[in-house]
This record gives sequence, C-alpha cells and structure tokens, in this order.
Amino acid sequence: MSEPNQLPKGWEMVIGLEVHAELSTATKMFSPARNEFGGEPNTNVHPVCLGLPGTLPVVNEQAVALSIRIGLALNCTVQRCVFARKNYFYPDMPKDYQISQYDQPLNADGYLDLASGARIGIERAHMEEDTGKSTHIGASGRIHDAGYSLVDYNRAGVPLIEIVSRPDIRGPEQAKEYVEELRSILVAIGASDGKMEEGSLRVDANVSVRPVGADELRTRCEIKNVNSLRSVGRAIVYEARRHVDLYDAGDAPRQETRHWDEEGGRTRAGRSKEEAEDYRYFADPDLVPIDPSPEWIDEIRRALPALPKERRESLQAVGAEPQMAALAVTRDLDGLALATIEAGADCSRVMTHVANNLAVEGAERLEPVRLAELVTMETGGALTATQAKQVLAEMVDTGRSAADVAEARGFEAMDTDELESLLDGIIAQHAEQWGRFTDGDDKERKKMQGFFTGQVMKATQGQADGKVVNRLLSLKAEI
Amino acid sequence: MSAESGHVVADGQATDVSVADVASAVRNGDRSASSIVEDHLSRIGELDDEIHAFTTVVADRAREAATVIDQKIESGEDPGPLAGVPVALKDNMCTRGVTTTCSSKMLEQWIPPYDATVVERLSAAGAIVVGKTNLDEFAMGSSTENSAFGPTRNPHDTDRVPGGSSGGSAAAVAAGFAPLSFGSDTGGSIRQPASLCGVVGMKPTYGRVSRYGLVAFASSLDQIGPFTRSVADAALAFDVIAGHDPRDATSIATAYEPVGPHLTDGVEGLRVGVISELCRQDLEGFEPAVVERTSRAAEALADAGAKVDEVSIPSVIAGLSAYYMIAPAEASSNLARYDGVRYGLRQPGQNTASMMAASRTAGFGDEVKRRIMLGTYALSAGYYDAFYGKAQRVRTIMIQEFEQVYQRFDVLLTPTSPCEAFRFGAKADPLTMYYNDVCTIPSNLTGQPAISVPYGTGAEGLPVGVQVLAPMLGESDLFRAAAVLERSLEGSVS
Repeated sequence: MSEPNQLPKGWEMVIGLEVHAELSTATKMFSPARNEFGGEPNTNVHPVCLGLPGTLPVVNEQAVALSIRIGLALNCTVQRCVFARKNYFYPDMPKDYQISQYDQPLNADGYLDLASGARIGIERAHMEEDTGKSTHIGASGRIHDAGYSLVDYNRAGVPLIEIVSRPDIRGPEQAKEYVEELRSILVAIGASDGKMEEGSLRVDANVSVRPVGADELRTRCEIKNVNSLRSVGRAIVYEARRHVDLYDAGDAPRQETRHWDEEGGRTRAGRSKEEAEDYRYFADPDLVPIDPSPEWIDEIRRALPALPKERRESLQAVGAEPQMAALAVTRDLDGLALATIEAGADCSRVMTHVANNLAVEGAERLEPVRLAELVTMETGGALTATQAKQVLAEMVDTGRSAADVAEARGFEAMDTDELESLLDGIIAQHAEQWGRFTDGDDKERKKMQGFFTGQVMKATQGQADGKVVNRLLSLKAEI
Repeated sequence: MSAESGHVVADGQATDVSVADVASAVRNGDRSASSIVEDHLSRIGELDDEIHAFTTVVADRAREAATVIDQKIESGEDPGPLAGVPVALKDNMCTRGVTTTCSSKMLEQWIPPYDATVVERLSAAGAIVVGKTNLDEFAMGSSTENSAFGPTRNPHDTDRVPGGSSGGSAAAVAAGFAPLSFGSDTGGSIRQPASLCGVVGMKPTYGRVSRYGLVAFASSLDQIGPFTRSVADAALAFDVIAGHDPRDATSIATAYEPVGPHLTDGVEGLRVGVISELCRQDLEGFEPAVVERTSRAAEALADAGAKVDEVSIPSVIAGLSAYYMIAPAEASSNLARYDGVRYGLRQPGQNTASMMAASRTAGFGDEVKRRIMLGTYALSAGYYDAFYGKAQRVRTIMIQEFEQVYQRFDVLLTPTSPCEAFRFGAKADPLTMYYNDVCTIPSNLTGQPAISVPYGTGAEGLPVGVQVLAPMLGESDLFRAAAVLERSLEGSVS
C-alpha cells in the first residue's frame, strides 16, 4: 500500500481542472433577472432566462468586463469571441441548450503561478450561462422511483466563467493549491464570491496517470460533483489509483464522465457510451461576436487590483514569513499588516496578530496606527503576548486604544525582578529538570526550556513575558 | 351583401380601405376607430369561416382598443400614425394575454406574458390588433397546409392555397379583413404568399426590425414585415416597426431613415438588374406566364427611366440547398425548448426523457419533425462540416456575389414565386414544395431586403407578384422601384 495521496512507485498523476465560477454581477448573463443566491424558488426569473418562446438573449456587459478581468489576472490573451449553443435536453435548462463558447473563447493561453513554485497553464477561460437546479422527490414505498422533480430556475442564466487548466497539475495537494489560489484571485478582483458551499465555485477534474518521466497523455476521466476542496483531493486520488489498478491488471480506463460519491468515497461511471452526448455546437445566431477593443482591455487592466501573489510578495518584502504572508492575504488582512509594519511595528508580532489573533469580522475597524501602538507596547515589554492578544480583541470590540484597554484591565508586564524570584522558586522545586536543562543536549534543553516556561506561565496565569523568561533561564544556566 | 363563392377579395367592399386613408380619417375625426373596427370585425365574422385566415379573433380587445383611440381623439391627444388601423398578426408574434400558437398543437394553449417589440410599436402607433393569423406550423411551409388547425384558403380562389408560411396574414389583407397585417419571412414566408394572394409583402433588411417576441424558426434568417394592398401602405407600416431594439442583439444600431419620403422619387437613372438564373422561360418548375410578368415589370421600369440589364448570380440556385441545411439546423435548436417541462403540451411518460419524447411526438406535425431531424443530422459530430459547414460557405459565397453585383446595380428583379397559387395537396412532395422558395431564399441568406409587388395575373387568372431586391439597408430604393411598378400597372391590367 502506498502513502496517502501517493501512487505506487513509478506512476504519476496528470490532472487538469475545469473550474466554474459564478460571476458577481447584478443581473444574469443574458437576462434582466437579478443574479442572487437563495430566494424563493422561481422568483429571480424573467421571460428571457425562462427561455419563453420569442425571447432573445442580450449579453450582460458587466459579465464581459468581469470575464476580461479574470482573463487578465490569469495572464490570458483576451480576444474576439463567439457564443455557441451547446445542445442537449435537460429539464433544468430552459432552452434545452446552453449558451457557451466553443472554438472561439474570450480568454486563451494564460497561466497561474502557485506559491509553491509551479506554473499551471490556463488553456481558456470562457463565458457561459448556468443551469437551473432540479430537486428529485422520490415516491416512498415504491421499488422504482416513480416520484417527481421540482425545478428552480433562479440559477438559470447566472453568468459563469469556465476556467480550463492544462493538464499540468501533478497531485491532489497541488490541485487544492490551484483551486485555492484561483479562488483567492477571483475574490480579490471582485469577479466572484468564490463560495464552494453555495455552489458559486465548482470543480470538475480531468484525471489520468502515466509512468513517471513519460510525456504522453493517457485516457482521462472527467470527475464531476466535486464540491469541496477536500473532495477535490480525495476524488483525484481515488480516480488515479483506479487507473493504476486498471493498468496493473492489464486493462485500461475508458474515457468517460464519472461522478464523485462523497459518502462512498469513490467515483462512479456516469452515462454509458451508448448515450454519449453529441452537443451539436454551432455559433448562436441570436448573438453577435464580442470583439473587446484594446482601449477597453487596457482600461480594465489598469483598474485591476493587486493579485494575491503580489500581495504576498509585498508582505515578504518587509520581512514576513511566506506562510504567514499567505495566511494574511487569505484573510484579506494583508493591507492592515503592511500598513502597520510600515508604521514601524515589529513585523513578526504584526504577522502573528493578523494571521492568528485578529478575527476577520470587525478587523476593518482597526486602524494600522492603533495596531502599531499595541505591538510597540508588546515589544517594549509593557504587555506580554497573551495580554496583547486580549487587548487586541477588546480594541476591535470597543474601538479604544491599546493603552486605554491595558490600563483598564490593569495589565502591566511583570517586571524582571519579580519574575526572577518566581523562577528561582520553581528551579528549586524542580532540581532534576533543571539539571537536564543545564547539562542536556540541545534537544533536551529545548524540551526543558518549554517545561520551565510552562511552569512560569502557570504560576502567573499567562501574564509573564515568555521572551523574558527564556532570557532569565539562559542567564541562570550561564549559557 | 354576400361575396361570390370562391372569390372573396376586398375590392369594392366596405373594408377596401387603405392604411393611410383609415389613419387620416381617424386622426381627422372623419371616422371613429370603433366604426372602422366594426366594419372589419363584421367582414371577418361573415367570411373567415370560409377563408380561415385567423387562429384567434380578439373582437372584444379590438373594440376596447378602438374606444381608447376614440377617447384620445376626443381629448386632443395624438393617437399615433396608425390610429385606428385594424391589424392582423401572424400567430408566431407574442401578444400579451392572447394565445400565440404558431399553429401548433404544442402551443395551442400558450399565452405569452409579454408583447413582441413589433406589437408594442404598433400599439403605440395607434394600430388595433383584430386577431392572430394562421401559418404553417412554426412557419415551416409554403402553403399554410402545415397548420395544425387546418389550412387557410386563398381569397382569389378558395380551392387554392394562399401560399405560406404567412398564409393567414396574406389572405386577411387580400380578403379585406384588415388593411394591414404582419408576417415573418425566413425563406420567403411573406413575399411568396403576398404574390399568391395579390398583395404587397415586404421582408426588411435583417436586423432592421426587432425579432424580440417573434417565436424563432431560424434566427439568422427570420425577419418580420408587413402585408398591405399598396406600396405606400407598406412603407407607412415599415416606418412604424423599423429601428433599433436593445432587446435584440442582432438589431441594427444605425439610425433609421423613413422610406415614406422616397415613394415618389421615381426610378430615373436607377440601375436595375434582372437575375438571369431566375427569369429564364425554360426554367423547370417556372410557369412561363409568371416569368413573362417579370419581363413586363422590367420594361415598365425601363420606360420610367431606369437602366435595366440582365445579371447572372450563379449561387442563387445552390442557395436553395444551403437554406434547407441552415434553416433546419437552427430550427432543431430553437425548437428544443418545447419539451413539456415548463409550458405547452405535455404528455405523460415514465420518466423525464420519455415525457419529453412523448410531448414532442404528440405536439409537432410531420413537417416540423422532418426539419428537426434534418437539422439535428446536419449539426451532428462528423457531419457538421459536410452539411452545416458547407452550407455556411455557400451562404458566404452568395453574399459576396450579391455584394459584387450591387456595385453595378441598385436593385434586382425576379419573379417572387415560380407559379400562381396552386391547389391544395398539389405539392405534397416536400422537395417540390421547397423548390417553390427558390426566388425568395437568396434575400434571407444574404440578409438583404426584398419586396413582392402584385403585377397582374398568370395563365390561370390568379395573381402574380414580381420581386424587387436591394442591398443591405437599401429599403428606400426598394420602395422607389416598387412604387413605380405599382403605378405602371394602374389601368393597364385589371
């Protein structure tokens, strides 16, 4: 048995992802109906998105602008594009065809750089409309499911961007990183809310395997219904192993669409080959091609906000650890962190606060200068780390300054003399551990340092400054 | 006063009135809109059982609308340029609150919640809708025999078809049920019935009239246009419905210039080309008398000062085949939505797919099914290039040929239909029926405007139309030539 997330030796995964994201527009892709999640079924509808006879689609310019923004953020070529009809019968699709883009997408040939270093190619990012939602109600007490289905068309016609990666992804962790990075980009540029739990971001995974070192592309399967980051990873691993098992058995996978069964932890074959779809794509005669002018593209490019990658790099440039910088950007608190650091506060303390301590909710009320004050008190020894965390929470709740909160709470960092006598008592009580600290190897000393710090914190109910304790310990051990 | 059996045309009847005369009489207060509407409703009541031009007559609504117009007159408000003009609409144009059936069982009960743009513009102009007219189901046909609700009869000879697919609208105007009606033209569906019923029928430049609210047959070819008993009336109606509509992405944004002022321009110096491929006496399926009428029309234009010459456009014949790939392909997609799920006919089934199949099987007639199958096949993987792709290439070639020809000519001339009105069942073979569209199809494939003007009668004494074609947005030249043809006929042919 191989490690989790790994294939047996000699095999590697070849993964391409198709990410569908709903665009944050006011109205739908081709209809004046509102684009809004939730709501009573069939209330955000209009004759156009219901596909009533005689209605015609008109392109939502805001959707095009957001799609161009996405294309630029993904380093794509933005080009003249044509809407095409994808024909198939399905009850939650009002016209029984979906308006999409086929051989002439809006955005082509881009890439996405991951924080871990890999560059994932973007084949295309095209516009299309979403379908409605069916709820299947089964009749109880029957062998055959002879119930009925309810259809909600609120989602029908919501603008979507479909972002198709090249098969450049090599494992489940990288797939998750790609989806997370993509999501943070979409959110950062205001193109989508990126909420997987509400279905506004959906992932289909194209999975195949090949011997390590080969550059062939073997038969792939498209895995649908992967509705969370966790299932992206699980589904990919399951499917890749299924392929390896088939090859090992002298067999091979068939190209097909499969569905991820979250509860069963497996993929299942979808439609059989006999029912293979022929979508009969052709240019939609109701719509004219869109040819974005260079001026328009430039205007959108100029208005593009900083992308997560640049934002992480800005924080790293002022000294933040990559992981902390990434966390701050994910929490959308990087702006606060940067301003606070630039106001003179200690980088590592600031990053700890924005990455771990500060609740995202309400953080917008915290001014950088206020946070800088707090950090300065902390680094100056006026507050311990634990105290600072408590003060921070209250600052956000009340809007008061760090000094006010600390005073009201009676917080003062314990002074060094007081700490030293406390520490002496603790050393006397734990002579054996003290011996291990003074005479042990590095590993042992580290362990005992933790032990003594813990004892001090226990005795002071966390009010002692851990750094001071460490300094005292070193002094006493004369090391 | 009952009409002569088998011949129920408007001539000399109380409703033998022009659009222009009705509108000016109502606007001047000489006639009330209500009295005009009553005249027409009684003519319809008396004769439509025989003609069957209408699928629905909205007498009460028409009376209410007439009252509103009369009140406007009384209170000094402008009732619009078509004040009090009774209008019949092909039953594939959406009318809020009134069934829009497309003459199909599929939509027999369907009531749109909105008005087509054209309907909105007509109402705003003071026109009064008196009813919805019969058509070949979903506008697929050239005789109105494909209506699920029975055929329409030609007012000139009730044993014959009125043409199609807008047969009901053509017959309504010919019979005096309304001075104005509207049809849709995808491959000749306005011009061919106009020719067979002896009225004027016009297909505008693609995109000049909004398609919003027109139930689609073939989206890249469909255009709405008027039927009238005179060229001037057609111009008046066209000026009301034309212009940009933001709800139709294929609508032309160029500002609209009315054609009305050009009606009296004459044709002095106008360069007229007679398309030789469609005007040969020996052409199979063409009645010599029909071709003869086109030659006479060309002479009349020359007499009026036009420069007339023959011109060859080789692609026009191939256009027929291209059309019968492209139109069904688009239709197969446009008609997919009639699946029994949301509206229209639903038949029970064991599951969703079988419900859809049963509904479509029961809801569509043979011709609609035939074209859906043709179109589905033409778009299928592996066949797309050989059929749909090739047809699109033919279309491109045809557009190029016409563009070249229009560098040397202002308008072109052909017969509208190769024959006079035929008897019911005479063209039961679909290919024979399709061939009937050979003269009209090129304008749909190129998107260019065309008009059919009555030009005397053929060998069997039935109406024959000649067709004038013009380049994109060339409607003013189209109407100039049509007006001269109409005048040249006055007194010379009964």
